[in-house]
Amino acid sequence: MSCCNCQNSDLSLLDKVLKNYKNTKGSLITVLQKAQEIYGYLPTDVIYRIAEEMSLTPAKVMGVATFYTQFRFKPVGKYLIMLCQGTACHVNGSERIEKAIKEELGISDGETTDDGLFTLKNVACLGCCSLSPVMMINEETYGSLTPEKVKTILKNLKEGEK
Amino acid sequence: MRIVVGQGSCGIAAGAEKVYSAIEKHLDDKSCLSITGCIGMCFLEPIVDIYDDENKLLRLVRVKEDDAEKIAEATKNGDLSLLENLKISPEDEEFLTKQTRIALRHCGLINPENIEDYISDDGYQALRKVLETMSPEDVIEEIKVSGLAGRGGAGFPTWFKWNAARKAEGDEKHLICNADEGDPGAFMDRAVIESDPHNLIEGMLIGAYAIGAKEAVVYVRAEYPLAIVRLERAIKQAQAKGLIGENILGTDFSCSFRIKAGAGAFVCGEETALIESLEGSRGMPRLKPPFPAEAGYWHKPSNINNVETFANVSWIILNGGEAFSAMGTEDSKGTKVFALTGKIRRGGLVEIPMGKTLRDVIFDIGGGIRNDATFKAVQMGGPSGGCIPENLLDTVIDYKKLGATGAIMGSGGMVVMDENTCMVNMAKFFLDFTAKESCGKCVHCRIGTKRMLEILARIVEGNGKDGDIELLEELCYGIKDGALCGLGQTAPNPVLTTIKYFRDEYVAHINDKKCPAKECTNLLIYSINPEKCVGCSLCSKKCPADAISGEIKKTFSINTEKCIKCGQCKAVCRFGAVEVN
Repeated sequence: MSCCNCQNSDLSLLDKVLKNYKNTKGSLITVLQKAQEIYGYLPTDVIYRIAEEMSLTPAKVMGVATFYTQFRFKPVGKYLIMLCQGTACHVNGSERIEKAIKEELGISDGETTDDGLFTLKNVACLGCCSLSPVMMINEETYGSLTPEKVKTILKNLKEGEK
Repeated sequence: MRIVVGQGSCGIAAGAEKVYSAIEKHLDDKSCLSITGCIGMCFLEPIVDIYDDENKLLRLVRVKEDDAEKIAEATKNGDLSLLENLKISPEDEEFLTKQTRIALRHCGLINPENIEDYISDDGYQALRKVLETMSPEDVIEEIKVSGLAGRGGAGFPTWFKWNAARKAEGDEKHLICNADEGDPGAFMDRAVIESDPHNLIEGMLIGAYAIGAKEAVVYVRAEYPLAIVRLERAIKQAQAKGLIGENILGTDFSCSFRIKAGAGAFVCGEETALIESLEGSRGMPRLKPPFPAEAGYWHKPSNINNVETFANVSWIILNGGEAFSAMGTEDSKGTKVFALTGKIRRGGLVEIPMGKTLRDVIFDIGGGIRNDATFKAVQMGGPSGGCIPENLLDTVIDYKKLGATGAIMGSGGMVVMDENTCMVNMAKFFLDFTAKESCGKCVHCRIGTKRMLEILARIVEGNGKDGDIELLEELCYGIKDGALCGLGQTAPNPVLTTIKYFRDEYVAHINDKKCPAKECTNLLIYSINPEKCVGCSLCSKKCPADAISGEIKKTFSINTEKCIKCGQCKAVCRFGAVEVN
């Protein structure tokens, strides 16, 4: 099966994952998670490959992948900002934080900056409610945020890239 | 002397790992330094516990990296008086002493990464007792006596589910733990897995023995990476000790154990949707009956319980069902864990016997509202629950009594709101969540929540119309009737309860175009009080819309046509002259 939207992912990276899981009933989500770990997102040719190897239709694989918020279909920036929109963060002003990020980087939920540095993703709850409002940038958690604090954090990251 | 650094997700976010490495750097004898999970006092993180040679505890709070040297020094010299200024205050200590901990009994006290710590505190003794002295029927009877009910929210008697799965026909049965804690604002299950993973494993093994399952699966949210790592480690340790696998503790009972990481879908907290997800499909709920006890995972008899439910099991077996049922009310037995957050002074995990009041939890344990603001309402049960206003604060915590208010016990999320929280906007926030998380299977839920969200959005933007409240109510009842699963059936609760208790706020938004809590930006009008304005021009310089004009040393004024209501003028004014109405 060939893909319509040609991307040139190195599909051999998938071999081991497919070998381990393709015969295990019900393992599609696990395979997709492993694939995303490898590529950082789910490129179209990877979806096709998984479908072919697991004897599923690409539509079925895509249907499952789009159902879950964890899966991405576009590459993410070097810094993935996960902004918590849980109840406690909402009550403590996460909307103002989102606005500040937009002002500083010009991106909304799901978007990546043109220089490929930052991606913003709103998430349901990071579970650090006592530090609300909270965001995570890659592995680092930043708590008790204010619009000014967020702008400083982002400016510092940008400076570090220069 | 032992130094223990609390490293739950919250503690780590507050900087506990950095504190740990800093202390490590200053210590000669690293053996006395270890970690523990979450004690539940999130508002005091990072927390460092020091046990002296008599095992007496000194608890240090809000510890910073800079304090590390002093801590290392004090423990080396044995002079803990140096650390007086970091010591927990007597008031904050009450946060713990006023609780009764069963599900959380080891949390924040043992090292979750070391099975020996768990074993030394009666760990796996309940499993031994069950395998050596009890039949599966005896176990189910003991759980029945305890009155334990599902802690995930529905409150269904645990023994009944176990018994149904036990009695179901078939050799292959499955035991599943629902750790897909999706309710935003709830984190008790994460705390149990991160802080006491063996307690979950032991409870699940006892459950597997009771129903006759040979495989146990934990379905954990992907957003909980630390919980997954600690649980994986715990499973390996238990396997090495012969507590998981073939012929457990030398008996005929065999059970394997595995983790399945979820991929982010709130609806998967619903048990049949969770099963679909476990099978690798879209997590859409199934029609019931057949119930999972008859046809669940791969259509085999399956039993699903929540993390907190399993966390109570080993205690019940060791102490007897009667000891558990002695706590609580007529309808609700034992204890319940709540995640207390929002505008609360002391936020964290609270475990109390059923029968206490909401006031006990929020004011007595939580210390009331932050910044001396006024309590307005508490949201129970997240997006599936409802809000409870001030005049019902003496409501007793019990499945039926909470249900009677229109809210639910839920999984235990308790988000406290103060006078500055707009209840209409809050309802919109929850609807936004459920509309996004609706799996789309049932039309009422898929389209109904979207329509409700649109109505709420226009109300908070100042475009509400006469009849909107009635239309919302009609949609609420339609969705409740027309949805297959718990997500849709409960999605209207936040709207129904806010209309019930805060109808005046809806009316103010719709008729007067005003937001009483002054939260809905579109409805605010900014003005400058001429009596307070000194004409410094700071606001005018800061205004991004060029809406403020005036002469220096005279009064400035805001052009409401141009004003974009960003609030920057109010933030910069040092004389409190900018007013919002």
